[in-house]
Amino acid sequence: MTLEVLSRPGPIPPAAGSILPARRPRRNVLDLDDFSVAEIEAVLDTATAMKDVLRRPIKKVPTLRGKTLVTLFYEASTRTRVGFEVAAKALGADTVSVAAATSSVTKGESLIDTIRTLQALGADFVVMRHHQAGAPYVVAEEVSASVINAGDGWHAHPTQALLDLFTIRERLGRIGGLRVAIVGDILHSRVARSNLWGLTLMGAEVVLCGPPTLLPVASFCEGLPWKVERTYRLDEALDGADVVMLLRMQLERQTGGLFPSLREYVRTYALTEERLARARPGALVMHPGPMNEGVEIDPRVARGAQSVIEAQVTNGVAVRMALLYLLSGLPA
Amino acid sequence: MIRLVGGRIIDPASGRDEVADLLIDGGRIVEPESVATETVIDVAGYVVAPGFVDLHCHLREPGFEDAETIATGTRAAAAGGFTTVCAQADTRPSVDTGSDVEALLTQARRDAVVRVLPVGTATKQRDGHELSEMADMAAAGAIAFSDDGRAVRSASLMRHALEYSLLVERPISSHAEDPDLVDGGVMHEGPLATVLGLKGVPREAEEIAVARDLALARLTGGRLHLAHLSTGGAVEQVRRAKASGVRVTAEVAPHNLLLSDAAVAERPYDTNARTDPPLRTKHDAEALLEGLRDGTINCVASDHSPRRWIDKACEFDQALPGISGLETAFGLLMRLVHARALGLAELIAALTCRPAGAWGLPYGSLSPGAAADVVVLDPDQAWVVDPERFLSKGKNSPLGGQTLRGTVLLTIADGNIVYRNGL
Repeated sequence: MTLEVLSRPGPIPPAAGSILPARRPRRNVLDLDDFSVAEIEAVLDTATAMKDVLRRPIKKVPTLRGKTLVTLFYEASTRTRVGFEVAAKALGADTVSVAAATSSVTKGESLIDTIRTLQALGADFVVMRHHQAGAPYVVAEEVSASVINAGDGWHAHPTQALLDLFTIRERLGRIGGLRVAIVGDILHSRVARSNLWGLTLMGAEVVLCGPPTLLPVASFCEGLPWKVERTYRLDEALDGADVVMLLRMQLERQTGGLFPSLREYVRTYALTEERLARARPGALVMHPGPMNEGVEIDPRVARGAQSVIEAQVTNGVAVRMALLYLLSGLPA
Repeated sequence: MIRLVGGRIIDPASGRDEVADLLIDGGRIVEPESVATETVIDVAGYVVAPGFVDLHCHLREPGFEDAETIATGTRAAAAGGFTTVCAQADTRPSVDTGSDVEALLTQARRDAVVRVLPVGTATKQRDGHELSEMADMAAAGAIAFSDDGRAVRSASLMRHALEYSLLVERPISSHAEDPDLVDGGVMHEGPLATVLGLKGVPREAEEIAVARDLALARLTGGRLHLAHLSTGGAVEQVRRAKASGVRVTAEVAPHNLLLSDAAVAERPYDTNARTDPPLRTKHDAEALLEGLRDGTINCVASDHSPRRWIDKACEFDQALPGISGLETAFGLLMRLVHARALGLAELIAALTCRPAGAWGLPYGSLSPGAAADVVVLDPDQAWVVDPERFLSKGKNSPLGGQTLRGTVLLTIADGNIVYRNGL
């Protein structure tokens, strides 16, 4: 019996690489799954130049003068929203911030109505955060503005991954060949997913570590487009790691029955100085924020010499400037 | 009188497969010897089959007329070759009493172009607390009972529903999904859901519920019907249960036989590929097909679930599940025939005498004396799906833009021509 009928002409199936069709020339940044190595390198190189701009006494260039960037956030954020606003202002763009209460959906305004309104008001860039996976794809279908995903549900947070890549390359000189441990609630983490695309594309070795209930089911990992290791034991993940990326642990996972208590989580997974000693000397400690100091990370590690957590925030501005610049299609 | 001349008659109920004329008189199939003929239609080169019988569709009326009505839903059915459709009870109000059944049948007499058979709820308002008035509804014409769209959460109440249904000898159709395991999931739990960051529904949600319902059917002797199976594990359980004498029948939807979770990513986060139960994998589809072939699964049922545009033009988590499927069912299923995975007569049986037999309905046959429900098919004609041209109000189809091979040319329901496409 043949079931050839199931396979019909269409985009490449998931196992073969990018699962979502790419748009060329790039208009949107929805995830890193459709980025090439060259494209990521271009972003990182441009970000280096932008960092120079940020070191100037007058941190402003007129590159995007007359352009409008709208941040549309359905979820709370400090780092990402402010990071985008500072980046846009440094490039001379105007910014408008819309904090859409999630309740507007129940009031009857649909996402599509909201986004058409923003389009009509003349947005050139829409930076969007939403609590549901895939929401920016709905928006990107509707508008001609560039849509940048600033986090959608558990799915993707591409600018976070790009600034993480930038920080790693800046500090360690390369990404390829490094061993990166991502520790915590992988299952519900958009940061982990976007970093998986970016890190594996750039040739890093990734190990995922967390309680069994907060990792993708083992059998699924064989079907994933990323080559990753998976372990429940923090010591195994840290062994020989060049980078340790910690994720925020949320109390709601406890009430949801996914782990017994923060106390047990701290004892099993918190990154302490003793545990960090298992990683390579000089290994970077990263966290996308906001941190729960004393939960996933010991405060001494968070403020220690190996922590680059604040540099991540600063680099976030440079990387977002680079993206806005590249998306605007202006000549170099 | 209508005479269909020179078609290939495939009537799986009688095993007939030959080129012959078919004569219809007064709403009945009659012996073709009669001479006085009013309407003559040349169907040479085409297939003449019994009108399709759909055990599972949602017509949305009353209560959700902006998504579908009996008028539009039955026209869509006619365009898809269906002449009998069983309307699920998840309307507003739901079909809980004999008078609800009568109201639906009255509305159908006025608006429907094909036969509408009402399914009543198993529990009042489908809320899983008290049994519905099955005897009252059966007397008014309900042919089965189901809380479809929801499982009956309480095993005890499901037991009583199966027991009580013995009074009227009608099946209890189960939407077999463990709600605690579904827990807000929106697509098949697997690698793709992991990558897309969407919450998955594991196969076990269906398999655990099917195991429970089969055990209760064994306990009670009640007639259990399993709606829209989606997993290989469920098929295997039904196979064993049937072998051991449990009174169970089962259906599969065309999309679960022919699509997989990959459809969710073909257009990113395609809400039209969100269904309940979700589209699963090729392995499940193969097992479902095997089940259909060996009789474990009795029939194909459309699970036609029309939705408003706004209920699909939104975030994936926000979207309502379902596919507007009546008008694409035959063309989609013909992929199995063209791939030589299923014979044409087998497919027609799965759409006619097999669903009718599962619920004891006197339809799905071309024998003289049978109701004049007839469909004329071109198994080879290719067409491109354009949901905007559906007769259904629901334009929600993940097949938009795809080419299907197999069209419905003519549908006759109860002796009346209700759909005509180029003949």
